[in-house]
Amino acid sequence: MSAYAYFPGCSLSGLGKPYDESLRAVFAHLGLTLQEIPDWNCCGATSYMSVSEEKAVALATRNLALAEQMKLEVLAPCSACYLVLTKAQHVLKEYPPIAAKVHQGLEAAGLSYRGTASVRHPLDVLMNQVGPQAIAARITAPLTGYRVAPYYGCQMIRPYGSFDDPLRPQLLDTLMTVLGAQVVDYPVKARCCGGSLMGTMEEIGLRLNYLLLREAKARNANVLTTVCPLCQYNLEAYQGQMTKRFGESAHLPVVYFTQLMGLAFGLQPKALGLHRNFVTAAPLPVMA
Amino acid sequence: MGSEATHCRYAEDVNPAFPVEIMAKPGGEALRSCIQCGTCSGACPMSVHMDLTPRRVIALTRAGLERDVLESATPWLCASCYECQVRCPRDIKVTDVMYALKRRAIEKGLYPKRFPIPVLAQAFYRMIASHGRNSESRLVIELMLRTNPLGILRMAPLGLKLLRTGRMVVGQDRVKHPEQLKAMLDAMEES
Repeated sequence: MSAYAYFPGCSLSGLGKPYDESLRAVFAHLGLTLQEIPDWNCCGATSYMSVSEEKAVALATRNLALAEQMKLEVLAPCSACYLVLTKAQHVLKEYPPIAAKVHQGLEAAGLSYRGTASVRHPLDVLMNQVGPQAIAARITAPLTGYRVAPYYGCQMIRPYGSFDDPLRPQLLDTLMTVLGAQVVDYPVKARCCGGSLMGTMEEIGLRLNYLLLREAKARNANVLTTVCPLCQYNLEAYQGQMTKRFGESAHLPVVYFTQLMGLAFGLQPKALGLHRNFVTAAPLPVMA
Repeated sequence: MGSEATHCRYAEDVNPAFPVEIMAKPGGEALRSCIQCGTCSGACPMSVHMDLTPRRVIALTRAGLERDVLESATPWLCASCYECQVRCPRDIKVTDVMYALKRRAIEKGLYPKRFPIPVLAQAFYRMIASHGRNSESRLVIELMLRTNPLGILRMAPLGLKLLRTGRMVVGQDRVKHPEQLKAMLDAMEES
C-alpha cells in the first residue's frame, strides 16, 4: 500500500516520543509504510523565521528536496513542522527573490528542488486517504466511556486550512466519533496553547493552557486529544503547577489522537507509548 | 490617566522609511489597506498580555513610530497561531508582519532587553546553524542560563520526569552532514 516520506521533526524523538511510537504503530496496522527522510534537518519552527526569513525557508526546503528524491508524499506529524514545510512551498511560489536565494543555497549543498513535494499531516492522510470506513473496519475495542475534547491547536489548520476549516475544524471530531468515543462540544478547540511561550513566559503559558483544560473539564470531557507534540506537552506537563496557581484542579489525561486510534484498534498501550504519558487516569487503560 | 496619555510623539520620532520597508517585506504588502477594525486584537489569545495590541502595532507602524513598535513586547508575544491573519477582513498577513518586525528588532538591536523570547529565538538559530537539529533540553538550559539561572532548579523535577519516561534527548541531536547545511546557509550570505 501507500508509503510516505516521514519527517518526524526534532520533538518526536524527545517530548513527542509517544506520538512517534503511536503513529508508527497505527500506520503499520493500516498497512501504510513510513520511510524516514534520510538526514532531515530541523524545520526551523517558529523561532528561526524570527531571525532570518530566507534561511528559514531554505532549511525547510532542504527537507522538501530530500523528500522529492524519494518520490513520496511527506508526512509531518508535528503541527509546527507541517506548517513550516507548507509555508516554504507558498513562499517559494509567491516570492521569486526569496526562491532565488534558496536555490542558490541548495545548489551549494549539492541539492535542487523542483517544487513537486506534497506535505501531509497524519490526520489528513488518515481521514482523507485511508478514510473513516477503512478505519472503522479495524476497530476491535471501541472507545466506550471516552468523552473526548478534540483539540486542534493552531498551526495544523492555519493559515492555509489545507484540509480542514481554519477556524472551525471538524476532522478530529469525526475521527473520534468513528472510534466510538463521545465528542464533547469544545469551542476553544482551535485556540492556540501559546507554543514555546510556556518555556519563555510561563505565567502566560500557564494561563492559556489552564483555560483550555478548564473548558474541557467544564464540558465534562474525561480526556483531551491533540495532534501536536508541543500542545500535548504544554497541556500535560504543567497540570500540577496550574492547579496550584489557579486553585482549581487542572487534572485531565492529554493524549495523541494516534494513541486513541491504537487503543481502538486493540494495540498494546505500551506499543502506543502510553507508559510515557504523565497523566493516565480513567478512561485510559491502567498501566502496569 | 496613565503616562501613555501624556507621552506625546513628535515629528522627530517618526522614521518615514520604516512603514515603507515593512510593506516591502513578504506579507507586509496589504498593511496600507488596514481599516483599524481591531479584529486582529479581538482574535489574538495573547492581546491581554501585550503592551500594544496588534491593531495598535499596525497603526504605529504605518505612522512610522519605529521605536515604539520595535521596543514593544507585542511582536515577541505573537505565538504565530495565525488567527488574526485568517480573520482579517483586509487580508493583511498580520502574523507575517509580526515576523518582519521581530527580524527588524533583532537587526536594529531594539528588542526589549532582558526579555527571554528573542534570547530563545537567537539561541535556537545558532543551535540549528551548527547542528541542524534542535535538542529541546539543551535549548531550555541555554535559555535559563541566559535569562533565569535559578529557574533551572525549579525545572529539575520536570526534567527528571521527562528523563524517566524516555521523553528527553540528553545529548545534542544533529544531522549527519552539518557541513552540507553550513554550505547551504553560507552560500545565502553571498549576494
